[in-house]
Parts: sequence; C-alpha cells; structure tokens
Amino acid sequence: MRLRAHLDLDIPCRRARHPTVSVLSESLGTAAALLAQGDRTLWHTVALSLQVSGSACLLGAGFGIALGAALAAYRFAGQRALVLLLNTLLALPSVVVGLMVYLLLSRQGPLGSLGILFTPTAMVIAQSVLVVPLIAALTRRLLLSALAEGGDQLRSLGAGPGQAALLLLVHERFGLLTVLLTAFGRAIAEVGAVMIVGGNIDGVTRVMTTSIALETSKGDLPLALALGFVLLAVVGLINALIGLLQWRGARAPAEAMA
Amino acid sequence: MTAPAQPTPQPLIGLRRATVRFGSTVALQTIDLTLHRGERLALVGSNGSGKTTLLRLLHGLLPGDGERRAHALQPEAREPVGAMLFQRPFLLRLPVHWNVRVGLWLRGVPRDQHDGRCRDALERVGLSRLAQRPARDLSGGQQQRLALARAWALQPDILYLDEPTASLDPSAKREVEALIAEVAADGITLVMSTHNLGQAKRLASRVVCLEAGRLLADLSVDRFFGGGELPHAARQFLKGELAWNT
Repeated sequence: MRLRAHLDLDIPCRRARHPTVSVLSESLGTAAALLAQGDRTLWHTVALSLQVSGSACLLGAGFGIALGAALAAYRFAGQRALVLLLNTLLALPSVVVGLMVYLLLSRQGPLGSLGILFTPTAMVIAQSVLVVPLIAALTRRLLLSALAEGGDQLRSLGAGPGQAALLLLVHERFGLLTVLLTAFGRAIAEVGAVMIVGGNIDGVTRVMTTSIALETSKGDLPLALALGFVLLAVVGLINALIGLLQWRGARAPAEAMA
Repeated sequence: MTAPAQPTPQPLIGLRRATVRFGSTVALQTIDLTLHRGERLALVGSNGSGKTTLLRLLHGLLPGDGERRAHALQPEAREPVGAMLFQRPFLLRLPVHWNVRVGLWLRGVPRDQHDGRCRDALERVGLSRLAQRPARDLSGGQQQRLALARAWALQPDILYLDEPTASLDPSAKREVEALIAEVAADGITLVMSTHNLGQAKRLASRVVCLEAGRLLADLSVDRFFGGGELPHAARQFLKGELAWNT
C-alpha cells in the first residue's frame, strides 16, 4: 500500500494499526524512504527549519552572549534579581513566547504595521526570544568559571571587566559553540511559537515540527515519527560537522608546528 | 650645578596600617611596609599567613583598609608599572605569541611596538621557536616561562611573583629561577612570595616574615637568615622550614 503523504511524497507504508514496536520500525523505514527519495517539498521544509532556527540562534546569540557576559563580568544594582529572572525564563514555554510575539505583530499590536505575522521573519523573532535566556544563562555560567580561573590574572595585566569578558569569550570559544548548539537544538525542536506566529502555511511557514504536529493531529503517527527521525538525522549531521570543525580547530595549530 | 646624591632608596609602594578582610576573616592586619626601588623582597610564612594577600595588596589587585600609596618614579615622574606572575599562570587558548600580545594590548602599548616586544620577550625566555604553538600545549615550566615573558614584555618597574616555582619540577624550577635572577639583574624591583627559603636566600635582598596576617619580621636577607634579631615566632618558622628547604 502506498501513502500519499501530506508532504506530497510517495512512501511505502503499512497502516498504523500495529503495536508500538511496529510503528517505530515502520517510521524508521519511512524516514529512510523520505530521505532517499529526496523530495523537494521535504527538503524545502527541512531547509526552512534550518534557516529559521539558524537565524534565530544568530540573532539570539548577539543579545544572549552580550547579556550573559555583562552579568558575569560587571557588578551592578539589581544584578541578582536579573539573574533570577533570567534563570526563571529558562522555563519559558514556547507557546507563551509565540503568544507574546503574536500580540506584538498582530494587526492591532504595536508592531502590526510591519506586516510580518505569518512569515518566516516572525518565526525567527519568536525563536530568538526563546533562545536569548538560554544563551545568556549558559554564557554567564561559562564566563563565571573562566573568570574564577583567570580573572585575577587578566586584571593584573590591566584588563577591565569588558576586556576580560571579551578575552574569555575568545578563550572559551569551543564552549560557546556548544552553547549555541544547545540553543539551536531548543529552537529547531520547538513547535508552539512557530505554529502561532507562522501559521503552518504549506510552502511558506511550514517547518519540520509543525509538519510533525499536523501529521499527528491527522492520526498518521508513523509519518509524524518518521519526520521526527529526519529532523534528528539532519540536526545530528550538523552537530557532527561542527564537532569535526571543533576537533580540527583544536588540532590545527599543533599540526602547523609539527 | 650637580644633582644631589640620593641618600635613601626611592620608595615605590607604601602601605600604612593596611588591613584586608575576607568576610569575617582578617587576612592581613595593620601592615606597615614600604617597597623601595631595586629591592628584591621575599615574603615568607606558613600557609595562610597572608603572603599572597600582601602581594596582591601591594600590586593593587585587592581593596583593603588603611593606605596604599604608589609613589612616582624619579626622575621618570610617572607611577611604577607592575606585573604579576602567578603560581599557576592563566594562559588563553591561543598561540604562545598571542598570549604576550594580549598583555601589550591590555596595557595600551602602541601597536607598532607589539612585534618587537613580543619577539624580545619570547627570545629572552627561550620560547621563540614555540611562538605559534597553542599556549596550553606547553609544559608546566614552559607555561611559567611564557607567563614571565608576558610580564616582562610590559617592561614593568615592579614584578610580583606569587610562588612562581611552587608547582614545577626541579629542572623547570631552576630554569624559572635563573630567569627571575636575570630579570632582577636588570634592576626591576621584585616582590616574591615563597615557601622556599633557599630560593628567598638566593634571590632576595630583604625578607618579610608573616604569621596569621601579621608582620613578624622585616629584615635584610643577611640579618634574617643570621637569625639573631628574629622574634621567637619567626625563628621557630625559620627553624622548621630550613630543615626542608636548603
């Protein structure tokens, strides 16, 4: 039996009236078939997911790293309250972020005139809001450890708080890359925010997670799971490539010496 | 008209009734100390006696009660430049030469001097060949030499050394000690905390002995190791330590 999937794919599939193990094995087969067929709709959805979450992470990194570095390096009034708020925001539900951004961007909202609701730009903004607290909190933790190790020595060389933070961000660049990967994982895996501000419009704002949600609501669990496996495979590949770059980066200067 | 001869050594840093507290713990108590130009001052004492705290206070890294005054150098008419070498140097995950350049950048040394100063400093500590190597790949002794190069490149007037050879093997210890002696021979004022009384004897011209944050003795190296003028507690410390550190 052949299933005409929502993504307009021809996928060999048995109906999902099997026990859990069968559903899982069927999903794995479907995922392999989806990847092997190289369907344009699927790859467009994957590409949009990567583009939206990647852009959100870059945008969120700008704010999150600066905020985390400032909280680690400077002392100011209200700092503890800000750290508490930041840590609390780590548990911010993506649906709530989606609603807040929706209210901002909807026609009656303060930024409604921009006309970007139900576009990938709105999705980028929503995911950025989602990842900023995560990036800021992890960057702060990373820098606090580094400052405990070398802060005094940098100060003895004449570094001010900002310079010390900047140098330690360079020093901890591989740790920072892991922070960004974590944020990317959070962004690409969320569905609530992009569903609300993107609207899951086929070919325009449909990403992997909203596709999975759609297939689940239609009751096609094997296909929904298969899309989940595809998403994991793509993210796994990206992680592996970045891991390889990190490994090569760490080895390169030593090899240059040899 | 001829310039008058300098009758007394030139003061660089002065502490008056300096006290440092960490929470409820008093790390240093009412210390009076003046560091003079060209001196090689060793701070000795048991663990927790306040050597490192005093070193950091002299360098200006720690706030404290009382007075810390940096005197202008004469005839340069500027404040003395200090640099510090720590027991475990913190090196950035960057190539060796960048670790020296970062210090120059932080001190605002003009960019056109960076190449020359970096090259000279690395040459002096014998690390020129390893300039491109990641600093964290160096051995313990090499890392300490790099930290010395980073400090030396700043052309300091005062070099603070916090147990600079404590975590090194005997061979690396000798290398670093020889470099410190070389730096001292250039006329740079040295302040060094150490457990190693043999090292203090070899490198210092003046010894300050601390116990529980208080200054027990402040004598020239000959008088300190002569032992005759030492208070009882300092004599006990010397007696206990010399058996292990000759």
